[in-house]
Formats: sequence, structure tokens, C-alpha cells
Amino acid sequence: MTKADIVDRLCERVGLPKNEATEIVELLFRTLKNVLSEGESVKITGFGTFLVRKKGTRKGRNPQTGEEIQIKQRRVVTFKPSQQFKALVEKA
Amino acid sequence: MTKSQLIERIAEKAEGLTKRQTELVVETIFESMKEALARGERVEIRGFGNFSLRSRRARRARNPKTGEPVDVPPKKVPYFKVGKELREMLNRDL
Repeated sequence: MTKADIVDRLCERVGLPKNEATEIVELLFRTLKNVLSEGESVKITGFGTFLVRKKGTRKGRNPQTGEEIQIKQRRVVTFKPSQQFKALVEKA
Repeated sequence: MTKSQLIERIAEKAEGLTKRQTELVVETIFESMKEALARGERVEIRGFGNFSLRSRRARRARNPKTGEPVDVPPKKVPYFKVGKELREMLNRDL
């Protein structure tokens, strides 16, 4: 499933014209990206939580050359699915 | 941020949609994504990330109350891999 398929689903179920459905799907994911990149986590009840976590600076190694390198601090997003979502796909 | 705050934020920017309609739209989007995963499909949102299923092996666990062993059957769990654009956005100002 891609964004285009989500748009189709919206047209069928909510009766939105295609251009409006496209716009709102884009708006949703753009908003999610903006909120997360401000460092804020987002909890979608019934779906799951997108958690922004900070990883500290650590030492790593270039696996090809064996050279030691610094891995800078960074932010990562993890997704914790809701109980309901987990129950839904368990037997898929 | 919670789902209702997200809906409010989107409703402010969505022209011609009431808050009630925005709510229905947002619910329908997440609902259709869950259904796709439940059918065993992947969901690919370019720039945001991909959702897929991962398999978990059967294992023997323990009831934490009674200490009794229980067999946990194999199962699938949702997995999210962050997209390139979002990953870069997260670290832009660090």
C-alpha cells in the first residue's frame, strides 16, 4: 500500500474528491514529520506511538577499514504499536 | 502530541474541512493502514517510512504471577522503519 492507495480508500469511504483526499494525506504526513522533527513524540490511540529518542555520541568503527570513528549524537524515531494493532496482525 | 491535537492541527490547515470531517479522515487513514498490514501487505510512505510485519518465533514464557510455563505461539508484529527524509529532518538542527 502506498499513499496513492490510501487516497483511493479515502475517496471510497469518506466520499472526498481525489484532489482533496491527496491534499489531506500529504498534510497528515507532513504534519507528523514536522512534529517529530521538533523532538516531540506523537501518540495515535488505536494505532501506536511514534517516539523520538536521543542517542548519545559513541565510538564506532568503519567495518571496511577498521578505522575508529566518532558517531555523533542523533535523534531516532521508534514506533510502538498499540495493543489493538498488535492483536490485529498477530495471525496475519 | 495526541491524536486529537494532531487532528486539530490538521483541521486548521485543511481548507473546507470541518474538525469533525478531519477527524473522520484521519481515523480512516490509520484504519486503512492497519487493514493493509493485517492482510500481510507493506505500507510504504515515501519520505516518512515503511510499515511491515516481522515474525516472532514460538517461545516458552512464564506466567509472572504463578511462575507457570506457557507456550507462546509464533506471531507477527508491526514494524516501522523510518524514511530517509524524516531521518534527515530529525537531525537537521543537532
